[in-house]
Amino acid sequence: MLTKRIIPCFDVLDGRVVKHVGFLNNRRDAGDPVELAQIYCDAGADELVLLDISASSEGRLATRKVVEEVAAKVNIPLTVGGGVSTVEDVRSLLLSGADKVSMNTGAFRNPQLIEESAHRFGEQCVVVAIDANLHAQTGTYDVMLQGGKVGTGSDAIAWAKRAAELGAGEILLTSFRQDGTRAGYDLELTSAMARAVNIPIIASGGAGAKEHFFDVLTEGMADAALAASVFHFAETSVRDVKSYLRERGVPVRWVE
Amino acid sequence: MIVVLDPGIGNLHSVLGGLRRVGREAVVISDKEAWDNLRKDADGSVQGVILPGVGAFGDAMTQLRLSGLVSVVEQVVASRIPLLGICVGMQLLFKVSFEHGEHPGLALLPGQVVRFPATAKVPHMGWNDLTSVRSHHPLLQDVAIGDFVYFVHSYYVQADEASDVIAAVSYGGIEVPAVVGRGLVYGTQFHPEKSGKVGETILRNFARLTELERAEVSSPW
Repeated sequence: MLTKRIIPCFDVLDGRVVKHVGFLNNRRDAGDPVELAQIYCDAGADELVLLDISASSEGRLATRKVVEEVAAKVNIPLTVGGGVSTVEDVRSLLLSGADKVSMNTGAFRNPQLIEESAHRFGEQCVVVAIDANLHAQTGTYDVMLQGGKVGTGSDAIAWAKRAAELGAGEILLTSFRQDGTRAGYDLELTSAMARAVNIPIIASGGAGAKEHFFDVLTEGMADAALAASVFHFAETSVRDVKSYLRERGVPVRWVE
Repeated sequence: MIVVLDPGIGNLHSVLGGLRRVGREAVVISDKEAWDNLRKDADGSVQGVILPGVGAFGDAMTQLRLSGLVSVVEQVVASRIPLLGICVGMQLLFKVSFEHGEHPGLALLPGQVVRFPATAKVPHMGWNDLTSVRSHHPLLQDVAIGDFVYFVHSYYVQADEASDVIAAVSYGGIEVPAVVGRGLVYGTQFHPEKSGKVGETILRNFARLTELERAEVSSPW
């Protein structure tokens, strides 16, 4: 049976993992994303996502170096994203060792990017990331760009459908209102999205405890759950989450 | 030496990385000329060939044809060099694919490549457990039913000969060939280079097969 995936996510700035790792013990500090990747991989992570949040081109080069080093070490799929806006960006990340490339603002502004990338490199490597925010008046979800700084007034579900038609292989869906709260994933948004498109959904935003993974992978109908701080802060571990899911009958890949 | 054929679409990083993790360096060949030079310089040193592949079947076949790699594959098979197709590379081993039209394949194995029915989520993406494994097959030594491997594909193989399917997986109510093998031609629908320790076992098994004397690997698996 196809299993539900648990995916740790790293934010990479100038070649270092930066988000939420400040107070970790030194063995997993920000300076060594490769070691961190290896630890997650050994703990049974099903994939890894690296998001490049570098502002400068030098930072991007540093990130590519991290991608190369991580890709050489881990034996699970690696998705890389952040600032992808051209087919050349996609190619360059794939050549650095990414298995899939996540595109967000770049794809929304130029949907052809999805089509061209899918055609050239295959649908399997095109992940369309959507940041969605609940619209208080309409009760629908708006697409947010540039890390939530810019609203679009476009419906997130409609955009996901379009992205799937254009050749997206997967949707990485972040709930803006839940992100960073650690109060649980947005089950309403995730299940609405899962019902609307026939490609896998990775849920993101809000994980704070192992129960949240269970909720989003069952009631939320997600195919995979992504989390950053809850793992980096060691509040729970990939192994604990998977063990919890397994005990409750959710199919997961188990690594001894 | 293991040669990886590059049909020009994909990223070979993962496959090369996977081989490196099992202790084998590989040479990448993108056209027939490079292959001919390699054989001229070091005849007999090519022990195994890997045909990876991402992207669409038709594009991959076109690239293989344009670069002369179709005839390279024919030479590989005629020379009894073990050949491993991965993902689309495995699908290319078959007679025909119906991915965006109808495209003839390498026809080393009888069967066709078709799309999953709309009732299943497509692509079949993620970790799935093997539901049948011919465990005495040398490629599948130490691989067992229930082992998880990583898939990502929207089309799957319908093999004409059940005996060519040496491991299978269940998806969308279909028994999907996960590993095929006939003679020295093998294929995995999943990505062994991304399938954790199980994938590494399969790559190691393939690497071991390439080190055997040709006579030893000629038995009818």
